[in-house]
Parts: sequence; C-alpha cells; structure tokens
Amino acid sequence: MTTQSLPRENVAANGGTDLMRRVLPWVIAVAVMLLVPWLFYNWNTGRHSGFVLTMMSEIGLMAIFALSFNMQMGQTGLLSFGHAILFGLGGYCTAHALNGVKAGTFWWPSELIPLIGGFGGLAFGIAFGWVATKQRATAFAMITMGLGELVAACALMFMGFFGGEGGISTDRVTNTSIFKLVYDLFGLDYRSLGINYSTPWQVYCLVVAWAVIATLLMRLQTQTPLGRIANATRDNFERVQFVGYDPARVRFYQFALSGFFAGIAGGLYCLVYEIITFDTVAAAKSATALLAAYIGGAGGFFGPILGTILVVLLQSGVSLLSNAWLLYVGVLFIVMVMYAPGGIIGIIAQHIPIVRIGRMSELIVPYIRVLLPGVLLVFGFVLLVELTSFTTIGAAQGKHFKIGIYVVDPNTFLPWTLGAAALVLGVVWLRLESRVFRRKWDALIEDAKAKGAML
Amino acid sequence: MSELAISLKDVRKSFGRTEIIRGVNLDIPRGQRHAMIGPNGAGKTTMFNLISGRFPVTSGTIALNGRATDGLAPQEINRLGLSRSFQITSIFPRMTVFENIRCGLLWARGYRYSFWHLLGGQRALNEEADQLLERLNLHTRRNVMAGLLSYAEQRALEIGITVAGGANVILLDEPTAGMSHSETDYAVALIRSVTEGKTLLMVEHDMSVVFGLADVITVLVYGEIIASGPPAEIRASKAVQEAYLGTEAA
Repeated sequence: MTTQSLPRENVAANGGTDLMRRVLPWVIAVAVMLLVPWLFYNWNTGRHSGFVLTMMSEIGLMAIFALSFNMQMGQTGLLSFGHAILFGLGGYCTAHALNGVKAGTFWWPSELIPLIGGFGGLAFGIAFGWVATKQRATAFAMITMGLGELVAACALMFMGFFGGEGGISTDRVTNTSIFKLVYDLFGLDYRSLGINYSTPWQVYCLVVAWAVIATLLMRLQTQTPLGRIANATRDNFERVQFVGYDPARVRFYQFALSGFFAGIAGGLYCLVYEIITFDTVAAAKSATALLAAYIGGAGGFFGPILGTILVVLLQSGVSLLSNAWLLYVGVLFIVMVMYAPGGIIGIIAQHIPIVRIGRMSELIVPYIRVLLPGVLLVFGFVLLVELTSFTTIGAAQGKHFKIGIYVVDPNTFLPWTLGAAALVLGVVWLRLESRVFRRKWDALIEDAKAKGAML
Repeated sequence: MSELAISLKDVRKSFGRTEIIRGVNLDIPRGQRHAMIGPNGAGKTTMFNLISGRFPVTSGTIALNGRATDGLAPQEINRLGLSRSFQITSIFPRMTVFENIRCGLLWARGYRYSFWHLLGGQRALNEEADQLLERLNLHTRRNVMAGLLSYAEQRALEIGITVAGGANVILLDEPTAGMSHSETDYAVALIRSVTEGKTLLMVEHDMSVVFGLADVITVLVYGEIIASGPPAEIRASKAVQEAYLGTEAA
C-alpha cells in the first residue's frame, strides 16, 4: 500500500496535497454512501426505498465483517472457517444489551450500541483466539471450523442466551440517543429533532458512521507495529521469531482485535434487523466473509469492501430475479480463484504499470473483443442454469420463465439448444480472443518493465 | 557479565537414533569473528539451530553471554542479544525492503505488540531503518517488494534484518553461498562493517571468505570438533587437511 512514510522532504513539500490525497477518497466514499439512497427516494410518498436502505445497510455492516475477516486472512495469513461466531456472538450481546436498556436495567447511548457488540466480539475473540491461534495454517483452519460448528450447535441448545430457533428479537428504539442528552441539557424539546432510530434511514446513517469509523481504525491498525508484524508472520513465521516476536502471540492479538470489529458488525446487524438468530453464527455466514474477501481481493486492504458490494448485490438483487443466485456466487468465486487469485483489487493493481506508461487506451479494443464472447458465454450459461432451475424449483413454485415479456417454455427444445450453442460458441471464441489479448497484454507489460514502471 | 559470548558444554543432539552432534565443547569470547567449517553433513547448520533455539539440545548446555538458554524459545534467545540468518534466504517477501528492515528493528526499539503507535510517525525508527538501508546499499530499492530483489540483494537484506535490532551475537549461515566473486567480495566487506565490535559466528564453505574474515576457525566433522584455532594453525593442521581441506584441494 502507498501510505507508508515518504522521505521527509517529500512530506514537507507536499504536506497539503498529500493530506488531501489521503482524505479525499474517504470523503467521496461517505458522500456516495449518503447520496445513493436518494436516487431511489420516492418523492411522491416522501419515503426512502426500504429495500435499497436495507441492502446498503447490509453492505455497510458486511463490509466491516469482511474487513475484520481479512485482518486474519490477508494480513496474518490465517484462514478462518468460523469467523461468523465472532460476528453472531457480538450480535447476541447487542440484542441482550438493547433489551436491557429498553427495560431500564442500565443506560447506554443508542449511538454506541454497536460498541457493545464490539466488546462482546473482543471477549469471545480472546477466548476462542486463545485456543485457535496456538496453531497456524491448516490446523488453525480446522480449529476455527470446529469452533464454528460448536457455537452453531450451542445456539440451538442454550435457549437463555441464544433464544433457540426463534433467536432473540429486540427493539432498537431505546430513546437514549446522545442527541437527547444534549437537548435535555439545554432544555430543548428533543422530540422536535426526531432522532430515535425508528426509521431505516436513521439506522442507515448510523451504519455509515460506524462503517467509516471501523474501516478507518482497521486501516490504521495495518500501520502499527502489530499490523506490520502480522504481515511478517504471514510471510515467514519462522523469521519473525528471530527478530524477537512470538508468532503465536501475534496471531492471538490479531485474532482478538478482528473479533472486536466483527462484533461491531454483528451489533449493527442487530440494530438493522432487530432480531438475531442462529444463522448469524453459522458456517454460511462465515463463508460470506470468505467469498467477499476472495472475490474482492485479500491482498489489498480495500479488496473485501469491493467483494462485499458485489456479493451483497448478488444476494439482494439477483436473488429477486433468480432462484439460482447462490450458484452464480459460487461460480464467480471459482472463476476468481482460478483466473484472478488477487481478486478485483488484484486485477486493478495489474493495470497500474500500464496506466503509468500511458498506454491504457490500447487495451480498450482488446477488452471489447474479449467482452463480446464473454457476454455470449455468460448468456449461454445463465440460460441453461435458469432453464434447469425452472424445470425443477421454478415449476414447483408455479413460476414462469420470462425474459422481458417473452415467456420461455423450458419444456421445448429451442431454448436449450440456444443456450448450449451460445455457451459452446462463447467458450471457443473466448479462447481465441484471449490469446490475442494475452499477446497485447504481454507486450504492454514488457514495455512497462523496460520503462521501469513495474515497481 | 561473562567474557564469553557463546559457551557450549558437551552439547549433543540426536534425531531419532542418529546422533548428529556428538559432544561439542566450544567457547567463543566476546568480539571474536569465529567461522565454523566442515564437510557437508557435519552438523554445522544443526549447531546453529541449537544455539539459536530453533531445536532443543538432547543433552549438554548452551550459554549466551553467560546465561544458560535451555528451554528458551527462539524469540526469547533473540531478546537476549542473539540474531541469526538462514542458509536458505529467509526474508518477508511480500513486504517492501524498507519494511523488512523496520520489522527487524521493532522489538529491539521497544514497540513490542503495540497497536497504538502509527509507524509512519515514528521518525527516529524510520530514520534508523533508512540509514541501515544505505549501509546495505539497498536504499535505491527501498519501496520494492523484497521478493522481487535479486538473489544477492536478498542475501544482503537478510543480513540487514539480522543485524538491525543491534544484537551483539550474530550467527550467519553461509552468507555468501551462491554468489559471484564480486558479490562475495561485496558481502564480505558488508559483513565486516555491520558486525564491527560484535561477536560473529558463521558457517561458510568459501575458504577465501573464511580465512579473510575469521579470527578463529573451528572444524566440525561428523558432529565433533576436530580442531579449533587461528587460521594459520588450521591451515597447517594435518588432521584438518585430511578431513576437509585436502578433499577440497584435490
């Protein structure tokens, strides 16, 4: 990453612009997060789209979750199959705390509710981390998988804490906002302000605030001694010992801290949905973080955020259109792992040298040429998958397969032939085009190397 | 504090039934440049692994600066002032050259497991890392991923990581293996400069390096020391020539 210290004279000369360069992306990200929901605002009814707000809240909290997963995966080289237990348990802690605040057992400001999830996640991170981080690599992965199953089983056994299959439901409107405190202090009428987190928009704003805080803190953590030594432990755990560090301790601290952030995500989940069930600790939730981190790219800090956006869009958007959305996520995951192990962020990074030598425009035509067969291939594949799904699940649900207004009958020969033909043609054509692309790409990279733009 | 940097008393090490190190006694005074030579399989690297705590000894004692190190983990021995390099280059390949060196400095400068210091603002630390990079002649490669360096550069970087923390006992395992003549000359000069005033124990196959650098040479054959003394004495020793040098010369 580019944020490590520059030589001093550089900083002195570019102090202002350097600061701008660092802060600007964050400002833009916040602006985008706060503006996008207004694109879906219904000006006639004066309401936000509940669907969009829920989806964007999900992106926000899942991004924190995926980033916390990557504190272990990308940063420390620890592949966890049970990361959701930290998320879910943080959520359960939050739900109980909310119910406590609501019942008047204790006072806690609404805005800081996710912090309770964070402390819960930290506590469980310490407990589970103590067990899991004694090992690394495969053994670590196995232990986390076991812990995940253990907690998921407990969630159905211990009714008091987990509430069984029904989970723990809660009410986020506790009327303990910090704003209320301030208004009361000045003797103003708090109700005129209307901030009580009853509307999805207000909760979404809270999610955005916490997403920014958590992301910023995780980002800064990568630049601390622990964060750097975690990278070193990932690269070469044996060498770390001979510069004075205990790699098991490094793993432990990193695991516990990642539990804190996963817990914050779980706390936000609890606020958004007002219910927490055992599927928040289940393996599928852990897999979501893993998918997001891999698809986005575990190698770069911001990769998991990109991955989360994509996975949640597929989850919320495509799931409305297709029964087979999970299959598409799976295929995307396999394709990424096979052809772009660096994820989306890795693909972007590979283009940087070409941008540096100013020859990016030469790639436009080759890209269009691989895109055409690519679209054909995807079309054929999706058509076949949907046809299959409509002969099985779809038929059972009594749905009709429509493309626009045109109704496709999966029991006829034509759509299947069309799908198969598009798929085969797409594959063959793509293979040919990708060779052409490869040659152009290699030539550009050679040029970049010759010009010293690789770094 | 003891006058001896490293002191081995009847050290033995077995893997299964095979005894690799068969009763080694060796005292290395502070500030000495000591080379360990011997044919392949003599147990030189095993000796390094025992002294640095990577493997536990089967019997006998090892003392570092007068303090017994049995049962200590490698990082604990490192904190007592011993640092080592590896025969097969051991760096942090996915971090920049600068970060590699800085990782070597962190513990020694008291940062421990801190997650509340931002490294960008640690001016003294960063300057120290940059100064070392300059001494290693790697400052032009500062922001390159360490895994992308040439072999000789990686070896120099590893020596840098090894000495960065300021350990007073340095163990180097074949630091010039696989280098060209000019690279070797450069590496020898580098080793001489960065281990100035420190105790150096090195394993090396290149006799010009050994005779050029070492104050004392120890010859290890099949897990036993057959000779130990100044270079001239070792060169003249019949036993050494038979066991080792003779085969090289022939």
